[in-house]
Amino acid sequence: MTTTNAWSDVWSQLVPKFGQILFSIALFAAVLVIAFWLASRARGKAERPVVVTLMLGPAIVLVAIGLVVPGLQTILFSVRDPYGQGFVGLQNFGWAFTDPGMRQTLTNTVLWIVLAPILSTGIGLLLAVLVDRIKREALAKALIFMPMAISFVGASVVWKFVYQYAGPGNPQIGLLSSIVMAFGVKNPPNWMLTQPLNTFLLMVIYIWVQTGFAMVVLSAAIKAVPMDINEAASLDGATGFRLFRTITMPMVRGTFVVVLTTAMVATLKLFDIVRTMTGGNFGTSVLANEMYSQTFVQFNSGHGAALAVILFIGVTPMIWYNVRSLRKERTIR
Amino acid sequence: MSTHADTTTTMHSVRTRHDNPVRDFLSSKAASIAVFIIATLWTIPTFGLFVSSFRTKDAVTSTGWWTALSNPAWTFDNYKQVILGGTDNLQVPLVNYVVNSLAITVPATIIPITLAAMAAYAIAWVPFRGSDAVFFTIFGLQVVPLQMSLIPLLSLFSQGWSIGKVTIIPTFDNGLTLFGHQVLPAFKIAGNYAAIWLPHTMFALPLAIFLIHNFIAALPRELMEASKVDGANHFLTFTRVVLPLSVPALASFAIFQFLWVWNDLLVGMTFAGGSDAIMPLTYRLAQLSGSLGSHWELLTASAFVAMLIPLIVFFSLQRFFVRGLLAGSVKS
Repeated sequence: MTTTNAWSDVWSQLVPKFGQILFSIALFAAVLVIAFWLASRARGKAERPVVVTLMLGPAIVLVAIGLVVPGLQTILFSVRDPYGQGFVGLQNFGWAFTDPGMRQTLTNTVLWIVLAPILSTGIGLLLAVLVDRIKREALAKALIFMPMAISFVGASVVWKFVYQYAGPGNPQIGLLSSIVMAFGVKNPPNWMLTQPLNTFLLMVIYIWVQTGFAMVVLSAAIKAVPMDINEAASLDGATGFRLFRTITMPMVRGTFVVVLTTAMVATLKLFDIVRTMTGGNFGTSVLANEMYSQTFVQFNSGHGAALAVILFIGVTPMIWYNVRSLRKERTIR
Repeated sequence: MSTHADTTTTMHSVRTRHDNPVRDFLSSKAASIAVFIIATLWTIPTFGLFVSSFRTKDAVTSTGWWTALSNPAWTFDNYKQVILGGTDNLQVPLVNYVVNSLAITVPATIIPITLAAMAAYAIAWVPFRGSDAVFFTIFGLQVVPLQMSLIPLLSLFSQGWSIGKVTIIPTFDNGLTLFGHQVLPAFKIAGNYAAIWLPHTMFALPLAIFLIHNFIAALPRELMEASKVDGANHFLTFTRVVLPLSVPALASFAIFQFLWVWNDLLVGMTFAGGSDAIMPLTYRLAQLSGSLGSHWELLTASAFVAMLIPLIVFFSLQRFFVRGLLAGSVKS
């Protein structure tokens, strides 16, 4: 077939879906209204328990069903065989740390957590400082921030095109190949197959997306530094890098650490880029991608669950750190 | 701050040309140039994709997009093909997945925010024992990565949940019957949009409750008391006083959540079960990125269709979006 569908056909297939969206939202609203109406008839001693149950209950139930129970179940799965049946002790974890393929995956993951957050937050901080010194910052900020909006999958397609490979003699349509050829390289490699370079090229995509986030958040933190502190410092002769090092950096350090740990958690859970670009092949796999492959491609729920538990153990200290600084902040208030 | 006082006093000795306008001008000029270069670098990859999506297949595969002006071969046909589908490369029209993504994203934004606002109000303004513990437990649940919930939730949706022979949560495949009456009609969660809304709602709640609570808890106490004096109960106070005042906070989180769900791949991949009827756009794009390997003209157009709605949301509501981000990570 070479002709496209007609608009009217396509449209008529879509109408029921819109109906479904509206219906479900209306249903949700109706349930809430009725529940609120019924519950507001509770008076006296019964009032407060009813209010708490109705308003807090749904969230607690959903969080329990969606996070608490599954978390415990996954821990149970991680010490069982591929089918979630027999108990196998710590075998799955043994596999995770000794299997050669998994070693590669874990090495990649560590590289990711160390390099990608530091680079993206660092460049973001540099940009935030630069942007603070220019007049019309809005457009530049929006352009750098834009990749944040287009999804890691979209970003991956963008960069797949940049990394596109063509054999010798074929026209080069990949930007990266053309650039290195302009610098005299005769036959640019097939970027996505070249280990370990490919992992770093994937990190570029992440940094491209994440830097804008870091920039915007840090830029707001820089703007929040009181004017008179900056003025006092510059009256005292602090300019440029010195002003940055002695005033700006100490003032935004808290925000910097939060952005950095957020990025670390995100890279530890990184899935989309690797999945879309290489599917985890050619030595680029990372923990979260391998977890998906083990569970839904190899159908080994034991391996998959063990990797999820490792992910959990990795994420915990970082989020714990953020919770702790939040608690501190709360008590100060 | 004592550290600040120390630094300013030590810097007295290094007094330099601090009020030199030329120097200031140069430094801001240099900053402008640097930012301009970086912003350009950041935009080039997307721009190349955009240009290519309007070029013919022959042009895209034989010349780099940067030569598009000297090899002009423009067409809208790529977009027509991907949007309407029906050709060998793209049977199912891409708009199908655009609507799927809308059908997933809109409820998966509205539901968690409503529930989170309710929970946040209860924690902040209805005094009960253990409210602080509840708050920190929910916030702390952010440590549970999505990946831990995938297998258990999948099996919950398809088989219900039971311990031994006792059914704790049934499936609704045959509806729900209570005392001989059919209370709920037959409804299969697996393979339905609900299978994607529910996980998104569950995963969004911890952060949503935390952020919205921060805002709602900061509303003035007098307001709540005045409402009570007027004879309003908690539900009226919540809907008439708290919700209208919380619109800015809710809006910024809504945008955040909208983009998060729209751009998600993992939840969609896991819970859509490969069905074209509910599969989100990101999942489809990830598939196409593998299967359209030699059809860059179609892949670029598809990618742009996929980016269109988040870009519109982002550029039109950018201010709120940034505010939402800041609420999470900057102390104000």
